[in-house]
Amino acid sequence: MSGATPGPLLEVDGVSVRFGALLALQQVSLTVQPGEVLAIIGPNGAGKTTLLNVISGFYHPYQGRIRFAGRDRTWLRPPDVAALGIARTFQNVALFRGMSVLDNIMTGRLLRMRGNVLLDALWWGPARRQELEHRAFVERIIDFLEIQAIRKTPAGRLPYGLQKRVELARALAAEPQLLLLDEPMAGMNVEEKEDMCRFILDVNDEFDTTIALIEHDMGVVMDISDRVIVLDYGRKIADGTPEQVRKDQAVLDAYLGVAHD
Amino acid sequence: MIYREAGQFKTSYAADQAIFPILQDRMLVTLGILAAFVVPPLVANEYWLQAVLIPLTIYALAALGLNLLTGYAGQLSLGTGGFMAVGAYAAFKLATAFPWLNILVVFGLAGLMAAMVGILFGIPSLRIKGFYLAVATLAAQFFLVWLFNKVPWFVNYASSGTITAPPRTMLGVMVTGPQATAPVRYVVALGVLALFALVAKNLVRGRMGRSWMAIRDRDIAAEIIGVRPLRTKLLAFAISSFYCGVAGAELVFLYLGSAETLAFDITLSFLVLFMVIIGGLGSILGSLLGAAFIVLIPIFLTNAPHHLGLALPVALQKQIELMVFGALIIFFLIVEPHGLARLWQIGKEKLRLWPFPH
Amino acid sequence: MTEVLAGLVAPFADIASSPRFFAEVLIGGVAAGLMYSLVALGFVLIFKASGVFNFAQGVMVLFAALTLVGLIERGIPVAVALALTVLVMVLLAFAIERIVLRPLVNQEYIILFMATIGLNFFLEGFGEMVWGANVKRLDVGIPDTSFKVAGVLVNRLELTAAVTAAVLVTALAVFFQKTRIGRALRAVADDHEAALSIGIPLRTIWTVVWSVAGLVAIVAGIMWGAKSGVQFSLSLIALKALPVLILGGFTSVPGAIAGGLIIGVGEKIAEVYWGPLVGGAIENWFAYVLALAFLLFRPQGLFGERIIERV
Repeated sequence: MSGATPGPLLEVDGVSVRFGALLALQQVSLTVQPGEVLAIIGPNGAGKTTLLNVISGFYHPYQGRIRFAGRDRTWLRPPDVAALGIARTFQNVALFRGMSVLDNIMTGRLLRMRGNVLLDALWWGPARRQELEHRAFVERIIDFLEIQAIRKTPAGRLPYGLQKRVELARALAAEPQLLLLDEPMAGMNVEEKEDMCRFILDVNDEFDTTIALIEHDMGVVMDISDRVIVLDYGRKIADGTPEQVRKDQAVLDAYLGVAHD
Repeated sequence: MIYREAGQFKTSYAADQAIFPILQDRMLVTLGILAAFVVPPLVANEYWLQAVLIPLTIYALAALGLNLLTGYAGQLSLGTGGFMAVGAYAAFKLATAFPWLNILVVFGLAGLMAAMVGILFGIPSLRIKGFYLAVATLAAQFFLVWLFNKVPWFVNYASSGTITAPPRTMLGVMVTGPQATAPVRYVVALGVLALFALVAKNLVRGRMGRSWMAIRDRDIAAEIIGVRPLRTKLLAFAISSFYCGVAGAELVFLYLGSAETLAFDITLSFLVLFMVIIGGLGSILGSLLGAAFIVLIPIFLTNAPHHLGLALPVALQKQIELMVFGALIIFFLIVEPHGLARLWQIGKEKLRLWPFPH
Repeated sequence: MTEVLAGLVAPFADIASSPRFFAEVLIGGVAAGLMYSLVALGFVLIFKASGVFNFAQGVMVLFAALTLVGLIERGIPVAVALALTVLVMVLLAFAIERIVLRPLVNQEYIILFMATIGLNFFLEGFGEMVWGANVKRLDVGIPDTSFKVAGVLVNRLELTAAVTAAVLVTALAVFFQKTRIGRALRAVADDHEAALSIGIPLRTIWTVVWSVAGLVAIVAGIMWGAKSGVQFSLSLIALKALPVLILGGFTSVPGAIAGGLIIGVGEKIAEVYWGPLVGGAIENWFAYVLALAFLLFRPQGLFGERIIERV
């Protein structure tokens, strides 16, 4: 496998997840192509967040495989997944509330920091140098997401919309190849949503980051995604461009509540 | 108008990330540290050094250690006394087995020993959190103290069951043992504290501190950005226990002179925890303030009634002390969970704006 | 090496050769275990209803016993003294709810836990200041003597304690399952906000549950006090309820009983048969190390609900 054959960045192949008797995901297969913005939609309880959790290593499927950049990644734990270049945000914002915004975003650089405890303890030589290099990088992201003014504010004191933005900044600081966003616009007003859409598209453009996101706002989904996948009751029921999905009968049934047989 | 940062623009990230970004702070702290080294040995009498300043510096070191673990990494430990005992007994064994070894090296090695024991008892922290972990650390506390009490090898088969600091010199000056003077022991303890406070500050403002705080604030999110929980927590246990181990060694070598396991029982664990809570969880300065507070309260309670012409029985003093400690803990948790350190910070904010209200 | 092994194995032979002595050790362990269970019960009640891990439960036992003995020493008839002690414990519950819990509602559990450590110290100092710190005898009218059943010695006091504990546990189980307030308590334990939204007064519930824990503390205090005198070490013994809880699970009443028995019996057997090999006094730490080992394999305890982490 090499960069010469541009295969899918992420391949989910026949993955099933169960919690006790509940089948949260059944035989779900999908691919994420390099450079695209993929939206995952579906009614509540369709298994969207579970899918992200499987990809980021919190749950492991009892069936099926996950491949990232052509290699099998089914059994990795979250920190290993992060090391591969997958970053994510959470539905209910999982910031480090006691830390400043700057420190929160700096944690995104942790995987790229090296060194040993002794040098850290002395704040000397390479330890000090890398701290400053990463600070410079983080400042670029702070500028990019327009959160300069809140740099030193503890994350827990920010309003919800800004917390979501800081969480995005933290994920971006890791320079991921694949960015998973779990409802990045939930609970935002129209203005904040517009800002967030712009940021997502800019990230996709400027950093060339592949993005997979879960979103409920159909208008947003249709606007920003290249491709849409629909889940319902743990199954994939549609996969295509926004226009195709919009007209799909199975999708309409799922959202309008037609009985399943 | 004296305390101002106006006009001090930071032109580099290095300046912005300095420990004391404001010039007045830097000058004040430098002066303060110099004064702490020079003034007490010249001015203070034996009582003040022995009853206040020496224990204060040593407890502050232990509080620093516990604060790294509990305040920064979020792992509650009630085993501080046990880890301090490891340091004390390791230092005793090392100093008596290798009399030529420099006493600071002995302290360092004792700290390393405590760090290893800390790692061992930190392993459960991967699977358990919060008060479950607190109970697990109680196991360390009771087991370690029992071990040192029961195995005569640890006390070099002394029939009294106590360990005694052997006389050792450094640069030709007697540092430990009965002949070591209080000013010398104070300066050594303060030197160790200053060094380790700086190291702690450097650790928490960098890579390590961020990993710890990430685990503390939201372990799931920490994992997703690549923090490995076991490694991070064990490192916190190791470094914290190192601090406590050195403090334990100092407790015997620089303060008590000789000690039994009773000196390291669970009361000590609680005492250090109180210093951390009252001083401020997750604050280096707070650890020092908390230690000062807890050391000074009993002194105050002993002397205040005396000056008022009252004579309180010793038992009553002890009981009042317990009540005051307990009430203060609850008070601080309710009113200011970030402790004295936060109050200090608020005071500084006010001073920065003074004399204007906003 | 073989000597060490032989030393470890020999106690088994001792057990086999003298079953009667073993039975006595066992009974002693059960009796001690039930005492632990009584203290652990107080923890479980409070934890179930308010999610607070009450480190001060042990001191509440000491405080209750001190109050009772103190009143009796001042010449108040036992029945009146008991009633007054109950009153004191209920007042204490009110005070704790008002002064400690209410301002800390919605704080992180670790903050509440540390607040109860503060409470622990305060009550200890307060109790000793009011009632004095010297060891006191508590005479409940049951002689600390033994009689023989099938050749095995049984202590009257321990037997009474065991029966009392059993009655208390049954009563609490009925209270939780059958009464209105019991059901409300369980609702609060399941979900604070949901319980509030259907009109269950949280503050009342907390006061009630701390009062009940106070009553359990009185019973435990009387039993412990009658056996070993009322003194500070009571609160240290009560600290052993912590490993009991880890074994039994923090939310389970039967778990508290089973955990108490396991710890009580386990440490007695370990002390009597294996203790001499390592110089004795392993009772000091055996319970904690057992709990620690247990935590590694079954963190939710024997009967506790499985901890499922939501991401």
